Amino acid sequence: MSDKEPAAGEEPVRIPFMQRVLDNHFLLLFLGVVVPTVLYIIWGILELVQIPVAP
Amino acid sequence: MAISPPSDKIWWNNPVHRVELIWIAVAFAWGLVMFFMMIYWHATGSQNLATESYRTTPNAYYAKVERNVADWQVRELNGIPVIKPPIGADIYLLGRMWLWYPVIELERGQSYRLHLSSLDLQHGFSLQPININVQVHPGYEHVLTVTPDKSGEYTVVCNEFCGLGHHMMLGKIFVVDR
Amino acid sequence: MSKTLFRTCPTTGLKIDLSAQALIKANAVAAVVFLAIGGLFGLSVALTRWPAVHLLPADWFYLALTAHGLDVLLLWIIFFEIAVLYFASAILLNSRIAAPRWAWAAFALMLTGGLVTNVAVLQGQSTVMFTSYPPMMAAQHFYLGLILFAVGALIACGVFFGTLVIARDEKTYQGSIPLVTFGALTAAIIAVFTLASGAIILIPTWLWSMGLVSNIDPLMYKLVWWAMGHSSQQINVSAHVAIWYAIAAMLFGAKPLSEKVSRGAFLLYILFLQLASAHHLLVEPGLSSEWKVFNTSYAMYLAVLGSMIHGLSVPGAMEAAQRARGFNKGIFEWLRKAPWGNPAFSGMFLSLVMFGFLGGISGVVMGTEQINIIIHNTLYVPGHFHGTVVAGTTLTFMAMTYLLIPLIFQRQVAFPKLARWQPYVFGLGVAGISLFMMGAGTLGVSRRHWDITFATAPFDFNYPPTAFLMMALNGMSAIAASIGGLMFIVIVVASVFFGKPVRDKIILAAPSGQPISGAVATYGSAGTLRIPGTLVLVGIFFVAFVLYYFVNWKYLSEIWPMR
Repeated sequence: MSDKEPAAGEEPVRIPFMQRVLDNHFLLLFLGVVVPTVLYIIWGILELVQIPVAP
Repeated sequence: MAISPPSDKIWWNNPVHRVELIWIAVAFAWGLVMFFMMIYWHATGSQNLATESYRTTPNAYYAKVERNVADWQVRELNGIPVIKPPIGADIYLLGRMWLWYPVIELERGQSYRLHLSSLDLQHGFSLQPININVQVHPGYEHVLTVTPDKSGEYTVVCNEFCGLGHHMMLGKIFVVDR
Repeated sequence: MSKTLFRTCPTTGLKIDLSAQALIKANAVAAVVFLAIGGLFGLSVALTRWPAVHLLPADWFYLALTAHGLDVLLLWIIFFEIAVLYFASAILLNSRIAAPRWAWAAFALMLTGGLVTNVAVLQGQSTVMFTSYPPMMAAQHFYLGLILFAVGALIACGVFFGTLVIARDEKTYQGSIPLVTFGALTAAIIAVFTLASGAIILIPTWLWSMGLVSNIDPLMYKLVWWAMGHSSQQINVSAHVAIWYAIAAMLFGAKPLSEKVSRGAFLLYILFLQLASAHHLLVEPGLSSEWKVFNTSYAMYLAVLGSMIHGLSVPGAMEAAQRARGFNKGIFEWLRKAPWGNPAFSGMFLSLVMFGFLGGISGVVMGTEQINIIIHNTLYVPGHFHGTVVAGTTLTFMAMTYLLIPLIFQRQVAFPKLARWQPYVFGLGVAGISLFMMGAGTLGVSRRHWDITFATAPFDFNYPPTAFLMMALNGMSAIAASIGGLMFIVIVVASVFFGKPVRDKIILAAPSGQPISGAVATYGSAGTLRIPGTLVLVGIFFVAFVLYYFVNWKYLSEIWPMR
């Protein structure tokens, strides 16, 4: 996010992948909503709707 | 400082303190122990909550409870029927505002299929003094296979709030020697 | 938006958006008001459960318990969290706040919703507990108030995300956001999931209360409701951990031992912490053991790993900072010479310890699928969450308030002598509440229960006499905690409304410390940094954790065999 461009002689700095992930706030928001929605809510609802009727 | 942006542009590659690495390894390993402990107990432990469950209706369930009472009633306790089901039987216990019905007499060391459901609100099956706690839902039937291993008088407390008489809601299970 | 007004903070040099400041004040004040109301209800509940006192009649007891849960677990906590979100975004990032009008609308919605639900409860037709499990039905406006509150809080989260975008676009900071803001981001992400789940389940329930929907499935409700009910407590955890880092930074100049590790730990929260909503469904019919084991363990305890990392990293950062200031003697000089008279520090450190030992360990133990059988819906459960939400979150928020008063309200903390003792009185009371309720729960005592003598029941039953002792000790602890809470309210009200204005730079850290040396603020010290004291502390924690965990398996193995 630095506003100064790398000078001509400098290597352009490459931000490591995980640092870019952690700096991507909306990707984190997406993951933080989707992961529990799938693993907790959707998986749970699938089990509840499959409960058989008592014999 | 933690309240200002990291001083290095690339902080991901900064070295991690050895103490932190050791602690992460210990905590991760401990997490695995706790995770596999649950699975291990499913395989070898004697106390696992059954997942056998059915949809039902209050009327259908109540009919089964009444059939239990008609078939196996041996006496009354404070006006409530006491049933003594045969070994291995399907026993239907119901919770309703504000009673566990009926009273049950079991033999020590024998297994029974105990069904739980509610006629009205959610209730909490809390067996004292040994402290077994299972949530009871209206419209659902939950089947536990229990093997009482000590004789004595057990009390079923309701431990889910079910209205103003909640604290009066008790039931009894007697475990007798053969 | 060009008319944004700023002031410069004389202490930190931060540029402070005046509308963000006003929003932080409003949300924090609303939070404290609901803390006072909810705390009073809590005291009346504890005094009723003390058998020798038995203060309230049954109907009032259940009403007070419903109100207590709503006011402190939801309203106090989330109002304060919104204040924290605005602080961690606009203030720490030196930015203007996004859409202040929307932020005010959010505040108005939350306040209206909170008041409407409180009115519904006080009218007596909505004594359904905080959880409001169907088919038990509350008055329509009970649900409506909660929905308004959730929608308002969601908008406030939107303002937080908007502020992050503005700060990035306007380049008000360099590189990555501060760790504290990252922790607040974690809280906000969990809040979005939480509040969305709440809205998804409460809207049909509201329609049901109006007769427009014929049936709400009690199991389905419980599944989705706890995605709100439990995750809202995970917002707390993220927020108060972020504040631990903030207080350590503000008082000691502490910097995280490793940005990578601390942020990675927050990432584990973002991904897995919310799965623990399953803790409430471990003895429910209809869900498989696979679902229960996977979710209750936060995907193989990865979120617990996150908490254990913070448990090392927060005290470790303080120890490193203190040692850099010269407190190097022995293992614990850094801790002995910490500013124990500063309520921001003592509150924060007590909260760190009690959250770990009382709330943390008990939470993981009771969240073990099979062990939950001997704990579900007993008083152990409120014992646990008073260790997390009160000893952990509330005490942390109180500690933070002692810093917000001079920095944001620009007032001196009134009654400094009283403030010095406040975290100890409150902390001691809460520790007692947590321990004694857990003790009573282990003996089988039910939560949410008016009369453990069962005087009017059709059968006789008595809990062991020790349980009655526990309930009495719990009542006494609640009195101590209430005194601590009252001290806090008096200090806050006196400071905010009548306190001496702060115009100049203030010294946040205790004067006992030498000036912060530059060494603390650089990386690359990982090889030479020494934190033996922290290592001893986490070692003790780990041993206690392992022992207590297996003791509970032993208890479990003594009940009837069942399968």
